Amino acid sequence: MLVLLAVIYPLVVAGFARFAPGEGKGETVLVNGKVVGYARIGQAFTEDRYFNGRPSAVDYNAAGSAGSNKGPGNPDYLKTVQARIDTFLVHNPGVQKADIPAELVTASGSGLDPDLSPAGAKVQVARIARIRGISAGRLNQLVDEHTEGPLLGLFGPANVNVLALNIALDELK
Amino acid sequence: MNTEWIGVMAMYGLTVLLAIPLGKYLAKVFRSEPNRNGGTAFDCMAPLERLIYRLGGINPDRDMHWKENLVALLTINAVWLVYAFVMLLTQGSLPLNPDGNPSQTPDLAFNTAISFLVNCDIQHYSGESGATYLTQLGVMTFLMFVSAATGIAAAVLLFRSFLPKTVESVGNFYVLFVRSITRLLLPGSLIVALILAFNGTPASFDGKDTIVTMQGDTVDVSRGPAAGFVAIKHLGTNGGGFFGTNSAHPLENPNYLTNMVVMIAQMIIPIAMIFALGFFVNRKRFAWVVYGVMTVGMLCLLVPTILSELGGNPAITQLGVSQPTGAMEGKEVRFGPLASAYWSIVTTIISTGSVNSMHDSSMPLSGAMQLLGMMVNAFYGGVGAGLLNFYYFLIISVFVAGLMVGRTPELFGRKVEAREIKIASIVALLSALLVKGGTALGAWVFLKYGDATGAAIGWAVKPSAWLNNPGFHGFSEMLYEFTSANANNGSGFEGLGDNSFFWNYAIGIVLILGRFIPIIGPVAIAGLLAKKKYVPESAGTLPVDTPTFGLMIFAVIFIITALSFFPALALGPLAEFFSL
Repeated sequence: MLVLLAVIYPLVVAGFARFAPGEGKGETVLVNGKVVGYARIGQAFTEDRYFNGRPSAVDYNAAGSAGSNKGPGNPDYLKTVQARIDTFLVHNPGVQKADIPAELVTASGSGLDPDLSPAGAKVQVARIARIRGISAGRLNQLVDEHTEGPLLGLFGPANVNVLALNIALDELK
Repeated sequence: MNTEWIGVMAMYGLTVLLAIPLGKYLAKVFRSEPNRNGGTAFDCMAPLERLIYRLGGINPDRDMHWKENLVALLTINAVWLVYAFVMLLTQGSLPLNPDGNPSQTPDLAFNTAISFLVNCDIQHYSGESGATYLTQLGVMTFLMFVSAATGIAAAVLLFRSFLPKTVESVGNFYVLFVRSITRLLLPGSLIVALILAFNGTPASFDGKDTIVTMQGDTVDVSRGPAAGFVAIKHLGTNGGGFFGTNSAHPLENPNYLTNMVVMIAQMIIPIAMIFALGFFVNRKRFAWVVYGVMTVGMLCLLVPTILSELGGNPAITQLGVSQPTGAMEGKEVRFGPLASAYWSIVTTIISTGSVNSMHDSSMPLSGAMQLLGMMVNAFYGGVGAGLLNFYYFLIISVFVAGLMVGRTPELFGRKVEAREIKIASIVALLSALLVKGGTALGAWVFLKYGDATGAAIGWAVKPSAWLNNPGFHGFSEMLYEFTSANANNGSGFEGLGDNSFFWNYAIGIVLILGRFIPIIGPVAIAGLLAKKKYVPESAGTLPVDTPTFGLMIFAVIFIITALSFFPALALGPLAEFFSL
């Protein structure tokens, strides 16, 4: 029984997975032949010239994974959120507080969330347009191009993979 | 109607649609004679089963007395416990450890071995650093299969006592156990594992990878043979994560499709078992009553949770940012708050305990609903175990209803007498004792030894540093941990610093009691009932397959649970709700 469940079963799965994208080792993303990240794993984008991802309790180090585990009324936690809001407003002058979606100031469950909602990306467009000198219209279009709609157009929320979006952003010239 | 709602409804609808034929199939598999095939799919597994019987020295044709079955169940579980403990204790020096992770400490190994053995999978370690590939497969994956099969086999032993004849023996535990694996869990897991692997969950044996990100940071990425692990963790309602953050981790649950698949996988067997009961003893109406009670119970917990998560965190609303999708702390964008809320209730009612959002950061009302789900632990419930838990509510309901209308309490033509009621009541009361007693003990240690210095006692985490949140929420963290352990659930308010000897041992003990007493109790009652003289039902019999009786069961569950747990809930999440 042990042999069946702990040896044969995982080997069969691993065998089939060799035909999956990434050969069952996790799918990587290449730019100019160099690995720049894993497709499904979020990475830290803190610089103003990139679309920033969500706050992370592990700073996007995928050796581990964790959420903040902060309760909704924890006073220290609310101070942290307030600080994130203030930082965001400094880096994005002209954006109103009420336009910031909560995901940009709250940590994800895994600390490795690779996605943003379309609104979370678009609220950053003005800043990036200014820094890179690309029109806001073109950037909004870029976000739309990289928005994955709901599954089969029916199930679940739409999201934007931040890594793919930023790679495309670097290629825009 | 937006796509998040449609997604959740599709998940539930598909689960029920698939569960009905699966229930029919299971009834056939478990009813057929050991050496004969029932004409079902996977009859091709028969030679493999015969090989297992021969190697194990088991005579599959022998019907066993209920006491023999219990002894078989407990003995085999004891063997696995020792094996798992030794493996975890020495994993650092064993092969298949590419990341060089250390062996577990004795208290942690004790906790982990029990936790996976009892289908709970509470984890006081993180998979990336606290286990090796050998133990992930040889201990965790293995135990996830066998603990699920143990639950299913125990539930089928119970079914036999519903048959309309007097029987001394109730079936052969080993046969039911082996078939649960070869004809249900293994083929099912294989399908789910492959879907996961083709959507990005790793399955190879490569260790950590180091990459340089676009901003030039160097980070490690943990990997490993996760796909097979994740599949059985859901199908067997086990719930332990391969990675630390469980199914919130983007490699463990890469997209909305995999989220739907594992959601269906974890809920399908608990629901199918209800229908299997109906087909097995040919009481389909009764199965529908049971299903109805459980579904209403689920909805009572689900609706408030969804509404409070979609409403967002009121404290964050006050800070002035918008929460267009709902509360996002501890949640992933690709699932969204609605699917996360649905998951958090399903995982707590069916005892899976895997999470795709961090429950510690859920809204207070959702936290209360998650706790209630585990306290009842019988709305669908874990594979097999859910029906066993439901059974003692059923026995008590029959008894109370019988007294109310002045008829002899009987269940399917057998008299329910003092002895059975005593066993059922003890089982029902025990969970309240374990949860509240445990939490009280935890709170006492927290206050009394809060700042005790390490050396004398050897705290790995000082009690004053246990809690990640102050006030009512901190209390909820301890309450949640004990509730989860007693229900063999495995989810947690993970802010709790639980890898220290107090939590490892206290939780380990609660786990064992919380698992085996609710198995022993119902199997014993069933054994006692099966032996009794079968009296055909007549006009004088209280019918148990009517909506009225369903309401009765629901009332009994509500009263027992409310009386047992309301004070604890009032001190934790409810107090937090009113203070936010």
